[in-house]
This record gives sequence, C-alpha cells and structure tokens, in this order.
Amino acid sequence: MKLPTVGEAAPSGREVRTHRVHDHSVEIVSDSGEGAQKCGQIFGSVSAKMGNGVWTVEIIPAEVEPPPRNPAGASGIRIRLGDAEVTNWGDETNLVVAFNEQALLGRHRLNALAPDATILVESMWATHPDPSIRAQWEAAMEELADRSYRIIEVPMEEECLTVVDNPRKGKNMFVLGLLSWIFDRDLERAREQIAHAFRKKSEEIYERNVQLLERGYGWAEEHLDFRVEVATQASDLPMVVMNGNEAVALGAVAAGLELAAMYPITPATSVSHMLGEVFEKYGGLVHQAEDEIAAAGVAIGSSYAGRCSFTITSGPGLALKTEFLGLAVMAEIPLVVVDVQRGGPSTGLPTKVEQSDLLAAMFGQPGDAPKVIIAPATIEECFHVMTTARRIAEALRTVVFVLSDANLATGVAPFPRPDLSAEWQAGPPDQRPIPEGLKPYSWDSRTGISRRFIPGQPGGEHTLTGLAHDEGSKVAYDSVINERSSAMRSRKIAAFQSTLLPPEVNGDPEGGDLLVVGWGSTKGAIEEAVERARSEGLSVSSLHLTFISPLPPGLKEIFQRFGKVMTVEINYSDKKDDPFITEENRRRGQLAWLLRAATLVDVDCWTRVLGEPLRPGKIVNAIRESIRSGGDA
Amino acid sequence: MIMDSACSLLHSAHEDEREFEMGDYQGPVARWCAGCGDHSVLTSAQRLLAEEQLKPETTVFVSGIGCSSRFPHYMKTYGFHGIHGRALPVATGVKLTRPDLDVFVVMGDGDCVSIGAGHWIHAIRYNVDMVALLLDNNIYGLTKKQTSPTTPQGYRSNTQPRGSYLPAMNPLEATLGVTNASFVAQTAEWVPAHLFATLKAAHAHKGFAFVRILQRCPHFTPDMYAEAVKKPDIIEILDHPEGIRADGIDKVYKNKISHDPLNLNAARELAQDQSAIRLGLFFRDESYPRYEETRATNKRTAREKMDILNEEFDSYAV
Ligand SMILES: Cc1ncc(C[n+]2csc(CCOP(=O)(O)OP(=O)(O)O)c2C)c(N)n1
Ligand SMILES: [Mg+2]
Repeated sequence: MKLPTVGEAAPSGREVRTHRVHDHSVEIVSDSGEGAQKCGQIFGSVSAKMGNGVWTVEIIPAEVEPPPRNPAGASGIRIRLGDAEVTNWGDETNLVVAFNEQALLGRHRLNALAPDATILVESMWATHPDPSIRAQWEAAMEELADRSYRIIEVPMEEECLTVVDNPRKGKNMFVLGLLSWIFDRDLERAREQIAHAFRKKSEEIYERNVQLLERGYGWAEEHLDFRVEVATQASDLPMVVMNGNEAVALGAVAAGLELAAMYPITPATSVSHMLGEVFEKYGGLVHQAEDEIAAAGVAIGSSYAGRCSFTITSGPGLALKTEFLGLAVMAEIPLVVVDVQRGGPSTGLPTKVEQSDLLAAMFGQPGDAPKVIIAPATIEECFHVMTTARRIAEALRTVVFVLSDANLATGVAPFPRPDLSAEWQAGPPDQRPIPEGLKPYSWDSRTGISRRFIPGQPGGEHTLTGLAHDEGSKVAYDSVINERSSAMRSRKIAAFQSTLLPPEVNGDPEGGDLLVVGWGSTKGAIEEAVERARSEGLSVSSLHLTFISPLPPGLKEIFQRFGKVMTVEINYSDKKDDPFITEENRRRGQLAWLLRAATLVDVDCWTRVLGEPLRPGKIVNAIRESIRSGGDA
Repeated sequence: MIMDSACSLLHSAHEDEREFEMGDYQGPVARWCAGCGDHSVLTSAQRLLAEEQLKPETTVFVSGIGCSSRFPHYMKTYGFHGIHGRALPVATGVKLTRPDLDVFVVMGDGDCVSIGAGHWIHAIRYNVDMVALLLDNNIYGLTKKQTSPTTPQGYRSNTQPRGSYLPAMNPLEATLGVTNASFVAQTAEWVPAHLFATLKAAHAHKGFAFVRILQRCPHFTPDMYAEAVKKPDIIEILDHPEGIRADGIDKVYKNKISHDPLNLNAARELAQDQSAIRLGLFFRDESYPRYEETRATNKRTAREKMDILNEEFDSYAV
C-alpha cells in the first residue's frame, strides 16, 4: 500500500486501538448536495474490491435541496461492511461521520445509531460566528448526551480549506480519507475509484480530490486513536459492484430488450438515466413519454411490432398504466413492467422503500387479468430477472411484472460477474409467412399458449383487440368464447407454474415451530435474522418467494411441516391488538393475504412501514415473539 | 391477387410480384350504420393502399375505442384496436421499433381531442412518420350521443341536454399551434375525391400527417353537417400548386381560396376563421425533425451487444 503524502506519523505515546469485528456499519450524513453519497459509494466500492462483503443504502431526503442544517434533511449513505457476504443494511450504525450536528440529530432521532456508536462530526459549528448556530450545536450535544455515543470533533472545513476554496465541494473526499485510514483501505484503489467516479470531470478535479483524500487520511492518522478491522477475503470469482437499478438496466441490455419507455419517477428513474447513457450503444432506445400511460402504450406498440419491450415505473405511475396492462393481458402482448416500489398510497414516501404494490400488480386491472409477477431478492437477481422476464413474456404472450423496490434500487452490493451469453438476447422479429390455417390465437387447449403474429408476416393480417375475441381475433360477445378465452389466458399461468420447482427452505426443511416467508428485497435481512434466531436455539426456518404469480408448487405441503407460518414484509398490516381488530377484519400483509387464499393455511404476518429496509435485529424480535406466543401470536 | 401459399413463398424471394387490388385490403363487411361517414373513409383508405400498392402485411392500422376505431377490423392488413384515447402512443411504439411499417392511426373526436388530448399534442410534436385520421362527427357515437369537445356550442346531447355549454374546440387550430407540426389538412368524407387526394398527400408526407375528416353521424347528429352537404357554397377549398388538388370537384365546389401550405401564420388564421368550412392542406413542411430519426441507433448483433456489455461490466468490476 502506498503511504499518503501528507500527515505525520502518529505522535508517539498515543495508543491506537484496533477493533476487530465481523461486521460494521458506517454512515456518512450531510446536507443535500455535499457529496456524502459519492463518498460512501467510493468507500463501498473500494471495500468490495478489497474483499469485504458490502451493502450500501442511500439516505435520501424527499426534497432536492431541503433547508440546510435540518434534521429532516439528512442526506447520506450507510455502508455495511462484513467479513463475509453482506445481504442487507443491518441494524444500527456503528460509526457516523456527520457534516453537521443537525443531520446527525436526524439519524439519532430515527434510532439509526447504535447506543455506543462512534461519531465524527464537523467541529466548525461549535465555534460558528452565528450565535444561533452555536446554540443549536449546544442543544444537539445535550440531546445526544443521553446515549453513550463517543463524539469526536473533526475540523473538516479548516482542513479542506488548505486544499480547496469551497469546502462544500471537498469535504466528502476528506471524509473518504478519514474512513480509509480507520478501515485501512488501499489508497491506490481509492484513487482508482475516484478516477472512475469523476471520469467525466477534468484531471484537475481528480487531482484535487486525491489531495483531499490524502489530507483526510493524514488527519486521521495523526489524531485518531482507533481503527476498525473487518477481515477481507479476496474472492476467486470475478465480481462486479452496482446498485439494483443499474443491474436492471444492464439486465435489460443482456436480455436483448431494445426499448424502454418511461416517465420520470423516483425511485425508478435512475434505471433510465443509466440506460440513457449506455442503451444507445446497443441500438436501444429510452423513450421518455409524455406520461406513464403513453409510456405503457409505446412499450406495448413496440412489443406488438415484434420486439418485447419494457416500461419502468413506481407506484403512482403504475396506477396510470393500469388500463394498458389490462389490454396487454387481453390481447396477449408480451410486456415487461418493472415497478420499483416506494411508499404509498398516492405520492406517499417517494424515496423510501415499501413492498405495497404486490396486490396492485396482481389485481390492479379491472377484469380478470392473469399475469406473471417476479420479485428479485438481490441485486444480482435484478440483473438476471430481466432475461427471465422477457422470455416468459414472449413465451406466454403476457405481462410480466418485475417488482423491485427502493431498497434494491439504491442498495449497492458486489456479485459474481455474469458470464454473458448471446443466447439471452431476443432474436429478430419473426417475419416468416404464417402457415395456412393458423390463427392469431390458435390456443393450445392444454396450455393456453398460442403463437404470436408479428406485423410483416404475410398471411397473418388480423386486428388485435382488447374486446373479447375468438381465435381469429374477431370481436365476439359470445358467452362460450369469452369463457374459453378467459380460461386460455389463465391456463398459461398454470402451465407455466408446472415448470417451477418447489422453493427451498432455509434452515430446517423437516419443519419446526415457525416458518418465515418473505419476498423481494427482504431476503437478506430475513435470512440473517433466521440464522441469529437459530443460533439462539429457536426452531425457525425461512422461505423466500421469487415467483408470486404463479406461486411455486408445494407451498401448502411445506407450510404444514411448521407449527406456524408468518410472512415478513414491508407493507402495512393491522396488529392483532389494535382497536377494533378481529381475526376476520384484520388487514394483513400483502403476501400473507395471497398465501392464505392459496393454501388455506392460517398465515400470520409481521410487517412494518417505517420507510426503511427491515432490520434483521427487529425480525429476530418478531420471531422470538411469534414463537413465544405460539399459534396465537 | 391470389392469396395462396405460393404467394407467401414468393414473399420470401427477393422480388415481390404481387399486385394488389382494393379487394385485397377489404376485411369483413363494416358494421357501421347505413349512411355513416366512416364507410366512405374506409373505402378511400382501401383505394389509397391499392393505388400505393402497400403490402397488407407491412401496413398497420392503429385505433382507439369508438365507432370510428372499429376501422382496423374492416381492413385486411395488420390492425391494433386498443383502448380509448391511446392509439397514438401505440402507433409511436410500432413506428419506433419498425420504421419499415406503414402506420395509419384512426381516432374519433372523443378519442383524440378529449381523452387522448395529451397524446395528440405530443404526437404532433414528435412528428413520427404516420398518418393520423381524426374522424370528427362532433359527438360520441359508440356511447350514444354525449357531448364531445368538438360539439358545437348549444348542440344538445344526452349529457348536455340544454345544449353544449362551451364553444367547440377547434382541432385544426390546436394542431397548428403545436411546435413541430408538419402536416395539417382538413377534408370531408362526403367529398370522396377530396378525401382521397388528402389521404394520398398525408401518406406521401414524411412526418406526422394530421387529417381532420368531417364525418357525418346519421344516427345521432343527422343535422350536424346537413347544411354543408347540401350547400357546397359554404365550403371553401384551399387551393395551391403545393397543396391538395382533388380531381373533378371544381364544378360543385366553386369557392376557392389560394393558400400556400408553407405559410403557417396564414394557416392559423384560416383555421381560426369560422366564416366558412375549409377543406384542403393548411400546412406542410417536411423540414421539421422526426423523432424516430433523431433517435435512430445502429442495430447491433447479439454478439456485438455482449461485447459492449462486457466492456460496461469492466467499469463495475471489483
Ligand atoms: C377509458 C374509457 N373511458 C370511456 C370509455 C367509453 N367510450 C367508448 S368510445 C367513447 C367515445 C366515442 O366517441 P368518439 O371518440 O368521438 O368516437 P365515435 O364513436 O364518435 O367514432 C367512450 C366515452 C372507454 N371505452 N374507455
Ligand atoms: Mg365522435
């Protein structure tokens, strides 16, 4: 490792203690626009490259520029490092770097920080010329004093001013330097990562950022008395590191999808930013439509014309697409819909995670609209799901939902670099003549599957319609035809289900007291919680669903091996002891609702809508509580 | 033309020796009311396809929902009868993906000017190469006589029985007001020669060709255009060497006004002025950017894509 060029050696006599841990969470929090996220992303990438398990989550205020120095405006990032794979954001933060005490207060008030957390906070506010700011500082310190935090003041601004004129544009790299020393990061890799992050900026900016990094490193080396060691384990596998939205975007390219139609909406938009940057190199197109309805229409028109296309959105946009999705189901047009879920209903919590769109995806279209719903559970799955989704959409001629969420969208984690295959790509539109006698909906009675006709195919001329229609796509109000075509659209889903394997039980497949069932981005947190609970001796296992429509086979049989089944989800459910709540009127977690209907098992649920990913520690509590109260929890 | 398998085989050979007649584009018998103006538009479209020898398999008619939107069902081409108001986004998706297809859009006045108004305005601006036909009967036909945005003020309907409260929206004025509008014409289905000449010019236009077709609805609004049909004098034909000239209508339609279709300001004034019903080409300019061309990208083979994608992954490599 190259030694930094600034900073003196630690003064002799100062004892530096190194804490060796399996797992450590770091947060960098600031006002919006101070670059805390960039700092954390680089720190996360460097750590991943050095062989740590890493999960990062952005802390995003809803406004672009909330008022500065405001607890509600805390913006930043959490990076959880581990000596093994890290699959979720963990529980509480162990080390915080705060650009001001108000942002820090925001995190403290959300109980985001461990009671014994170490805090590095910008010291300039304590001695600020404005007395009201000094008073705020005093009050904050008082409020923070009720925990056993260790607070270390760092003259960030003063240090940065030795390198740059505007410290707002530099503190983040200084902080990267601090963290690099604390965690003994490879500075060469940090420089590389800075070069990558600022690749569109000038050489001068790169140089300045490196100077700041080194300044921070030097300051830490000179003044701090602790370091943290999270063992690294260089992986043999080539790895890549990215967030879930980037993975979806690259997955779309790998799948051979060529048109993404969208209308900007948080937290889905960054997929299109990413695609906007890279898609056209591949002959792809990101169409920013006039609204989400149009985006769905353009994607459907594109699919109809022979290319399976996709549209990407979030709750409010999904609501607008509803009618078009019904059309795609009815007229059997392949379509991939990526819904990056956020808090709802309505505009809800635009930047925060929720898993509340499951039932909307499933039942949101008036009329019976069977479709496929897939929920990737990891960032790696966000990449691979796109090829799967496209293939299913084309094979079944239907709508395939990919339900991601804000946790996956902004979470960054390394995963094995995919070994790309040209076979994942869609072929060119079929332009062969249609064989005589074949109709646009020549349904195979057993599977409901029929061959898609694509404009350009001679002999296939017909008018596709969202009205009830017969095999020839002729409008038909005949009751027998409507019953049959409804059956055919439904049959496809069942036929597809017959190709799925029963899900694997994580823990003890033989059974036990409790089976926790999850879906989507909560997998890492749930499995970590189950592992902890099992190590306490609790008889708990978990099962994670990737396919929700159709549900995989064998669920009922698996459920029966357990004393109790409980879903864990990030959506709202009534608690049993809430006023008025009875066994019958209780509104349950969305997956619980589906599982109860599908299996007739009395599936319980534990759900939270705190606007943050689930914490494994909280799930462990829920598991304990559920097992303690037995079948009656 | 003989539609047999030999013919299909021919298609795969390089030369396409098929010759199409109007009948080759005729689907099942149209089920509009007798006397409905939509029949005339259908015939004119079939005639245009035959005249231009468009291949049925590479021609797509996209529509919304309404009486007029049944149009694609009566053609023997590819058709997309979608949802109310949303034909234009679908057509845009088709054309972005398959510029080789000839795309026609058929919309009613409720379809285009009311529920689909947002898409309409943006489709004009996108200027994607397609023909957009607004079959304007000034009423909601399919749902049985409700007021539409183009219903004349005071005209009674089932939803506004004391007469439409507001002045009618003028689709020509609106279209001509949108930046990047490149072709705006008006015709009437009861003047078949003019209708045909207009469809032909619209199809020849590179860009988004918007045609408002005045269309009679004998069932719900028999009086709507009765006067105009009876008194050709209240109709004024826009005439210009660069405009639309229909054969054999001069004897009946004697009112002519010279209008250069490159003159946008004059077009707007003529569209706004309600003293006559004007048929003809209000505006045409092919120099405006077409969205699908500005967004055209080089298509790559699967292997090429994988190579570029691998490079992309390099920047995420750990
Ligand atoms: C979302 C939606 N809203 C309403 C309707 C009912 N609807 C069908 S057609 C139509 C209006 C038809 O009028 P127009 O577009 O002028 O076509 P026309 O029948 O006159 O040709 C309406 C309101 C619908 N099909 N979908
Ligand atoms: Mg109408």
